Amino acid sequence: MSDQGPFIQRNRDRHPPAYTPTYKTSVLRSPQHALLSLGNTISEMTGPVFGHNMLGPLDNDLIRNFAQTGDPIGQRIVVYGRVLDENARPVPGALLEFWQANAGGRYRHKKETYLAAIDPNFGGCGRAITDQEGRYAFRTIKPGAYPWPNGVNDWRPAHIHFSVFGHAFAQRLVTQMYFEGDPMIWQCPIVRTIPDKAAIEQLVAALDRNATLPMDAMAYKFDIVLRGRRSTLFENRMEGN
Amino acid sequence: MAQTLGYLKESPSQTAGPYVHIGTNPNWVEITGVWDKDLGLVLVGPDTKGERIVVKGRVFDGAGAPLRDALIEIWQADAAGLHNSPQEKRGAADPHFAGWGRQPTDAVTGEYKFETIKPGRVPYIDGRPMAPHITVWIVARGINIGLHTRLYFDDEEAANAECPVLARIENKARVKTLLAVRSEENGLPAYTFDIRLQGEGETVFFDI
Ligand SMILES: [Fe+3]
Repeated sequence: MSDQGPFIQRNRDRHPPAYTPTYKTSVLRSPQHALLSLGNTISEMTGPVFGHNMLGPLDNDLIRNFAQTGDPIGQRIVVYGRVLDENARPVPGALLEFWQANAGGRYRHKKETYLAAIDPNFGGCGRAITDQEGRYAFRTIKPGAYPWPNGVNDWRPAHIHFSVFGHAFAQRLVTQMYFEGDPMIWQCPIVRTIPDKAAIEQLVAALDRNATLPMDAMAYKFDIVLRGRRSTLFENRMEGN
Repeated sequence: MAQTLGYLKESPSQTAGPYVHIGTNPNWVEITGVWDKDLGLVLVGPDTKGERIVVKGRVFDGAGAPLRDALIEIWQADAAGLHNSPQEKRGAADPHFAGWGRQPTDAVTGEYKFETIKPGRVPYIDGRPMAPHITVWIVARGINIGLHTRLYFDDEEAANAECPVLARIENKARVKTLLAVRSEENGLPAYTFDIRLQGEGETVFFDI
């Protein structure tokens, strides 16, 4: 597969549409015009680079990176996986940023009003950069489900938010990871903005007993797929394109 | 049945939610001590080549209210039109300009602001020069998949008039939704780029 070709067209049937009235905030924040099909120019086929040297030793350890007086409350877990592209090739050097609520479902944020307690030892953010095989891992506590103002009684399933940088701005992605076996997933208005059930299941991390650390932490495996480049098998393109 | 092609499918997007800044700008939301500096706040240094400019604006919803919980990222070429990216095959970009920036919109006013440089021109797919532009990406609560648009400069009339991307906008009245309006701030050229998600004057967003 080529390193040069433009990216495979985004399959928008697997992504949520902009306007999803059961997720009420989308109603006023969704463009009504059709997107203008631009395709990729060099501006979209390039993207920023983040070096491993920018990471601190605790950036991927949410159990320790904010702790003041001890470990945070909650079930200790390891989340690990790979970042791949649509051609099933690893994406090395991808910056992942993740954020989450604490074990009670409470975010450390001024605007957060849920009555579950703040955990003095939990900040809720971390980051990692994938290795040559596209692998990443981080340690955290399992976030709790939380209620949110949408319907009169809507709850989010336990989830971890992810922001992902691949090699090109065309690959930029923000998504969420859910946990295998959680019945809350299927009643969530935000999950259900995704029209395709198989696409939703791609966001459900699998419990991995083999990677679980005995007497320490359960493990969940979460692979992320970014857009891949088209192979340019017989295309003659002008220099610089 | 035919052979399988072996492709994977892109992970679906989900909204960044109201607390995106916990992950992207933890210091800004008072989660300090995890890492020193939020990424992407500073684009230019003393050695960066090019004309210093300010880029600022707000993001409005369909009711005309500014988003005060959005995250804006920009990506652009250096003053010579080269990107600081291994995917840039045309030459080496200015090592003192990463070309990527990220700012939250202000929690009270909704304004975002970047200090950057005026980008050079970058060729379109067919080699024709595009007008100078900055790629802009917006995520926020209520935005299900990040929105891509482009900031162009209203004082680049000649370049804008021949830009093959702007030429693709059939409804010419919508071209101006991509034009940042020049003024001045602290002696620097300042370009205001307001983004309208919906309704009258809706910004042109791209499928890239
Ligand atoms: Fe959340």
